[in-house]
Amino acid sequence: MIQLEKRPQPSRLWTFLTPMLAVVITMIVGGALFAALGKNPVEAIRTIFWDPLFGEFAFYYRPQLLVKAAPLILIAIGLSLGFKAGIWNIGAEGQYIMGALAGAGVGLAFYPLEAAYIFPLMVIAGALGGWAWGMIPGLLKTRFGTNEILVSLMLVYVAEQLLAKMALGLLRNPDGRGFPGSRNLQQYPSAHNAEIIAGTGIHWGVVAALIAVIFAYILFTRHLLGYQIRLAGQAPKAARFAGVNPARLTLVCLGLSGALAGLAGMFEVSGPAGQINIDFNVGYGFTAIIVAFLGRLHPVGILLAGLLLALTFIGGENAESNLGLPAAAIQMFQGMLLFFLLAVDVLTNFRLRWKTAEVV
Amino acid sequence: MDLSSINPTLLLASLIVASTPILLAALGELVVERAGVLNLGVEGMMITGAICGFAIAVNTGSPFVGFIAAALGGAALALLFAILTQLALANQVASGLALTLFGLGLSALLGQGYQGIKPPPTANIKIPVLSDLPVLGPVLFSHDLMVYLALALVATVWFVLNRTRAGLILRAVGENHGAAHALGYKVIRIRILAILFGGACAGLGGAYLSLVRVPQWTEGMTAGSGWIALALVVFASWKAGRVLLGAWLFGGISVLQLNLQAAGVAIPVEYLSMSPYLITILVLVIMSADKSRAPASLGRTFHASD
Amino acid sequence: MTEPLLRLSGLTKAYPGVVANDDVSFDIQAGEVHALLGENGAGKSTLVKMIYGLVAPDRGFMQMHGEAFSPKEPREARTAGVAMVFQHFSLFEALSVAENVALGMETPPPMRQLSERIRDVSNSYGLPLDPSRTVGDLSAGERQRVEIIRCLLQDPRLLIMDEPTSVLTPQEVEILFETLRKLTSEGVAILYISHKLEEIRRLCDQATILRHGRKVGTCVPSETSARDMAEMMVGNSFATPARADHRAGDVILELRNLSVPATSTFGISLKDINLSLRVGEILGIGGVAGNGQDELLAALSGEVRSARDAILLQDKPIGKTDPTARRAMGLLAAPEERLGHAAAPDMSLTENALLTGLTRQNLHWHGVLKWSAARNFAESIIVKFDVRTPSANVAARALSGGNLQKFVIGREIMQRPSVFVVNQPTWGVDAAAAAAIRQALLDLASNGAAVLCISQDLDELLEISDRFAALNEGRLSDIKPASALTVEEIGLMMGGAHGMEVAHDPA
Repeated sequence: MIQLEKRPQPSRLWTFLTPMLAVVITMIVGGALFAALGKNPVEAIRTIFWDPLFGEFAFYYRPQLLVKAAPLILIAIGLSLGFKAGIWNIGAEGQYIMGALAGAGVGLAFYPLEAAYIFPLMVIAGALGGWAWGMIPGLLKTRFGTNEILVSLMLVYVAEQLLAKMALGLLRNPDGRGFPGSRNLQQYPSAHNAEIIAGTGIHWGVVAALIAVIFAYILFTRHLLGYQIRLAGQAPKAARFAGVNPARLTLVCLGLSGALAGLAGMFEVSGPAGQINIDFNVGYGFTAIIVAFLGRLHPVGILLAGLLLALTFIGGENAESNLGLPAAAIQMFQGMLLFFLLAVDVLTNFRLRWKTAEVV
Repeated sequence: MDLSSINPTLLLASLIVASTPILLAALGELVVERAGVLNLGVEGMMITGAICGFAIAVNTGSPFVGFIAAALGGAALALLFAILTQLALANQVASGLALTLFGLGLSALLGQGYQGIKPPPTANIKIPVLSDLPVLGPVLFSHDLMVYLALALVATVWFVLNRTRAGLILRAVGENHGAAHALGYKVIRIRILAILFGGACAGLGGAYLSLVRVPQWTEGMTAGSGWIALALVVFASWKAGRVLLGAWLFGGISVLQLNLQAAGVAIPVEYLSMSPYLITILVLVIMSADKSRAPASLGRTFHASD
Repeated sequence: MTEPLLRLSGLTKAYPGVVANDDVSFDIQAGEVHALLGENGAGKSTLVKMIYGLVAPDRGFMQMHGEAFSPKEPREARTAGVAMVFQHFSLFEALSVAENVALGMETPPPMRQLSERIRDVSNSYGLPLDPSRTVGDLSAGERQRVEIIRCLLQDPRLLIMDEPTSVLTPQEVEILFETLRKLTSEGVAILYISHKLEEIRRLCDQATILRHGRKVGTCVPSETSARDMAEMMVGNSFATPARADHRAGDVILELRNLSVPATSTFGISLKDINLSLRVGEILGIGGVAGNGQDELLAALSGEVRSARDAILLQDKPIGKTDPTARRAMGLLAAPEERLGHAAAPDMSLTENALLTGLTRQNLHWHGVLKWSAARNFAESIIVKFDVRTPSANVAARALSGGNLQKFVIGREIMQRPSVFVVNQPTWGVDAAAAAAIRQALLDLASNGAAVLCISQDLDELLEISDRFAALNEGRLSDIKPASALTVEEIGLMMGGAHGMEVAHDPA
């Protein structure tokens, strides 16, 4: 019989090993799943994880990797602030949409004016849009004690409806012959989040994601606010005793994570996506939850986890077109990853002991 | 705009139908939460139930078998959650989210090839005399078996929780798992059973969506119903009877906004579509003034450290 | 000798890193009160858990009435006639008294009948209880009654009581003893766990003493001095706290009609508390658990705010000031709950040193943390207060209760408070550490600080405090000089018998 025995303190070794173990188990089980779908598991895994990086068309996929990873990392860094403090913002998808709407809205308001200040204004608007959407659950939680999990999630559906309304109404391209969707910002130089170095995939969102990683790293290792966030998450009563103001912390965490998600949305709409449209959001806000956990809520971990999940997106599309693997399989694959991570996580805090049945 | 096209009798009858999926899911989650476990994976279990029920019903031609499969599917997914949170002692919030993300992916995968098919119809039960009553007949007495089953479940859950020893033990585990353990109750076993029950109920709720309410399979068709069910439990202050009231309220809102859309009211469709979610938030805000009724051990991990 | 009710023979139970019980054997006779004595961590609770079926022994066996007795779960133990009153109650606050009782019974009768029986039994044993009340609304003493009634309804042959008097006033203790004597006269055996030696001398017929998991002796308490028993318990002698002569100075902290509403459903509200604390004195505040101790500490530490003028520190109103600012002004506090309140369990000692030392020890510069300074601070606490730990990098939860408590108290004292508020400074701490902590509090006061010591241990309060008051249902009694108080007076200050009555014979 296996017994769990609590470790005196969390194992550092397993803190590093569990995410890798989870990835390996997911690949094995995922391979079995692909086999069950009638695909060659080795080929499927290679198509997803190897080819985009080192295959024939890697020159095309590698920049794509950064493009997909940037929003995931940006959002996950924001989420990790709250998750560490025990504040559960699971509505990043909605904040991402609102950031995109606000950013694109500001950009389109200036159309067709060309000016250097337009893009910075869009960045600010994007952050503010996400921030405002994140502050709603924050204010309701601090003011009325409303559960932020449910409110932030409900707001995703509200944001999706607003997105549809905007794509079909206010922001619709007047020259679009009645098709839904806004003007394409890629064709509006002042508002276009173009590649900084052509062919690398590096746009301003990638830069912002890297800055966010560094910012979060310093916050958690060197700054009082990072310490207070960790304290509030691990021992709320001790945090209160130490003088942490829980309401302020809630607002800071939800506001910041909303702003980062909003930025991600803004960089996406003004760059890779190009326009506001009904199907603009593709679930980055939810996948970022997996990224945050897989990265152990650690900035560097999130950076790596973001790249890995971006790889599954790209590899998944690859496998879809080359092997006919359903898109849903990748979605499930990502869910499995979080599952196995949580399961093997027990090793970080507990020791497994084999015990023979007690003879009494 | 033509409001006269809305028939109040039909509206009430479809309210009952619309409320059934969230009623089932919320009742299951109520039992889980009363046992002290917060399972945020309702959405994932519901959609898994929706596709399991749909696929099996289509293949066997029997909605009845479909519903059984849905309950099993929901419970199977819940079992994963139980293993994670009760045996591997994982964080319940994170595990619930994982369950939802996983369930959405799994259902989309299982649902390949079932899009655009009609499921076998679930028969309405005709009750002599009662079904023929004006107004009351169509509103209350001409539904399918699941509607009545859901109503019976409300009464059963209430009775078991408040009037039986099993219910007392379940509530005790949810209030203070340490004390329950000290008295010799099997906290983990009881919680796992509660989680499985919750999963089965969510599965049934999902299948009701795909087999009766819509009836069709589309990816992501639960569209937040599972989360609304979670909100319902808070709204109901963890009381079975109030879950029914809440389900009718939400069912009523969603039916009404659909009817208003169909009637071509001047309010844009998108605003009508977001109304159930906004009202959920509003209700949560009103109800959150009173936190006292939440089970005291809700969401806390239990490990018998001898 | 007649055949014992329960015989324990060679019971051994080891946990990783510690042998909780090592070859423990003794007998309990029917109708006797048998004391189980020992320090915290001596293995008393593990032994009791084995008898109650919560833990299985690694080696050894038990016999009841000469027959093998090896309960695999509490249910079996209860069926065999073993009942237990837990120290930290195994009660459910949101449930009614009757429901709580039903949960502790194997085959409870229907609720209506059960309520009837609860009324009957509780009255005949002098422990009146209303079965329909919600347990969360009951006082600590009443909650204990629920536990006892739950046991009595099962007609136990052996009743285990774990530190039963720690939640009772002296008057209530008397009544409890009467109840227990009535039970033993009916042939029930009682296994009585305590470290209060005078009580044991008055109540118990036999005593078994444990130290470090081993049985180190037996005695007949009424024929043994408390000092001898203490030495057997502790094993060696240690310095009893010595107080230097000091004189109380000016008032430094004043509470004026401090009232704070309850913050949780079953919490206590503070009602019109008035006191003044002088430089150089220790004011002891006694009272049964759950009468506003935690709330008073929270109001003083700043975790809960009050009216601005209700708290004056050096004549400055601080009722609305936050904990950090209060620390900066010299008001420091140490709450009762070590893990989770005074310290974050999973954080290192360095990080925990930062928890309250941030401002006064100057451990940050505009929000940028000075980790090396924090580490030095933690290490100086470890050295000065003899905290046994491999390093300051160890997580707080890895320390023993006594060591962590020394760290927590040391952390505040090292910051030279002008007022120090502490709740249960030696709760669950071994005797040597307790003596060291009490000495540190005395030294602090004689060095010119004012100390407000909240405790449920009357002996401790009488040993160290200059003046004494008691909390009862959120109200503070009059404050009296500690030296002149009798046990009866203290009991009345704590609220007397709280409506209990002496057991009557069901004539």
